[in-house]
Amino acid sequence: MAVVELFGTWFSPYAYRVIWALKLKGISYEYIEEDIRNKSPLLLQYNPIHKKVPVLVHDGKPICESTVILQYIDEIWPQNPLLPADPYDRAVALFWIKFADDKVYLMSKLYQADGEEQRAAVKEWLEMLEVMEENALIGGKKFFGGDEINMVDIAFSFVAHWLGVLEDVVGLEIFEPHKFPRVSSWIQNFKSIPLIKENLPDADKMSAFSKHGREMMLASKSN
Amino acid sequence: MAEEVVLLDFWPSPFGMRSRIALAEKGIKYEHKEEDLRNKSALLLQMNPVHKKIPVLIHNGKPVCESLIQVQYIDEVWHDKAPLLPSDPYQKATARFWADYVDKKIYEVGGRVWKTKGEKQATAKKELIETLKLLEKELGDKPYFGGESLGYVDVAFIPFYSWFYALEKCGNFSIEAECPKLIAWAKRCMQKESVAKSLPDQQKVYDFILEMKKHFGIE
Repeated sequence: MAVVELFGTWFSPYAYRVIWALKLKGISYEYIEEDIRNKSPLLLQYNPIHKKVPVLVHDGKPICESTVILQYIDEIWPQNPLLPADPYDRAVALFWIKFADDKVYLMSKLYQADGEEQRAAVKEWLEMLEVMEENALIGGKKFFGGDEINMVDIAFSFVAHWLGVLEDVVGLEIFEPHKFPRVSSWIQNFKSIPLIKENLPDADKMSAFSKHGREMMLASKSN
Repeated sequence: MAEEVVLLDFWPSPFGMRSRIALAEKGIKYEHKEEDLRNKSALLLQMNPVHKKIPVLIHNGKPVCESLIQVQYIDEVWHDKAPLLPSDPYQKATARFWADYVDKKIYEVGGRVWKTKGEKQATAKKELIETLKLLEKELGDKPYFGGESLGYVDVAFIPFYSWFYALEKCGNFSIEAECPKLIAWAKRCMQKESVAKSLPDQQKVYDFILEMKKHFGIE
C-alpha cells in the first residue's frame, strides 16, 4: 500500500484538519513535525511555492493547501465522505469552507494587534461569528454535516478550539456563548466527538507558547 | 424540467468572466443579468446575503456563490461536455492548487499595480511579474494549463488577461516582454469562442480603471 506522510506543526489548525480527515477515513500515516522557524529541506522541496505546512505526501507525490488536501483525501478514500454527494449541496458546503478559510487570518490579525488595531480585529471577529450564527448554522442541525461532522465542521474548527486559546493570550473575551447560542451548541458537539477530543493540541501549551511569542513581537513593534 | 440558469454579473469582473467561460464551454443557455454595484438589486442581496457580491449563478432558483465553486458546479452538473477538471484525483488536486494560487495572488497584486504609485507600485509590478513567471513555469510546454484542452486553471486565470493592457498602461511596463510564453497562451485561449465572447475589450477595461482611479482620487 502506498505510503502516506503528513508534514505539520503541533499547533497548526490546518494540520489538524488533515489529521482528522485521515483518522475519519481510517488511513494510517506517518507524521513529521516541522519547526516553522527552521523548515526542513524536504518541506521546501515539497512546497516550494508557499513553504508551509500542512503538506500531504501520498506515494511520494506532494499535495499542498489544506482544503485541496481534504478534497483529495475525500476522493481517494471515499469511505466516511466529507462532502455531500449532491452537486448543489456540495457547492453550498464548499462556500462555507471558503468562508471559513477566508477568515482564519483573523487569528493572526488579533494576535498581532494592539490598541486601535485590536478593536478593529475584535469587530471583524464578531461580524464573522454573527454570519456563522445567522446564516451558516440554520436548520437546527447538530453539525454542518448533519448528524455527523463533515469538511465544513473541520474548516470551522479554529473557532471551536483555537479561538479560546487566542482569547487567553490577548486577555479578551470575544466569544460570549449567550450571544451565539447556535455556534456555542456546535462547539460543544464538535469537541465532544471522541476523535476530535482525543486529537487536539494542548490549549495550555499553546497559550504559553503564544503568549511568549506575542510579548516578544509587541516589544519589537514598540522599539 | 427545463433548466433555468441565471448569472448575476458585472462586465469587468474577472470572477464573472470565469463563470461565463464555463457556461459557454458547456453550451448552456442562460440569462445574463448585469448588476450596478453601486445599486445592487434585491435579487443579488437575496441570493448572496453573506457577501452581496457577484457573480452569482442561479440554477433553477438556487444560488451558487464564489466563482471557482460555480465553475466546479457547472463542470459537475453538465459533465458530458468539455470537462474542465481532470478525472485523476492527483491532477485534480494540482489544478485546484494553481487555481487557488491565482485567487490568492493575481487580483490583489494586480490591484496594487493600478491603485498605487512610486515605490509601492514598483514593488507591486515586481511581485506581479514574479507571480506570472511562476504560472508561466507551471504551464511549461503545454498548450493549456489543462493540457491539450482548456481546463480549470485556464478558466480561473484567463479573465485577468483582459486587465493586462490596463495594468501595463498604469504601471508603464510590458507583461509580454517579461512573460512571452504566458501571452502566447493567453492569445491561444482568446481564439476559443467561449473565451473571446466572455472577455471584455481591453481598452474598455482600461477606461473603466481610469474612471475608478478618478473616483478613488488616485493620480
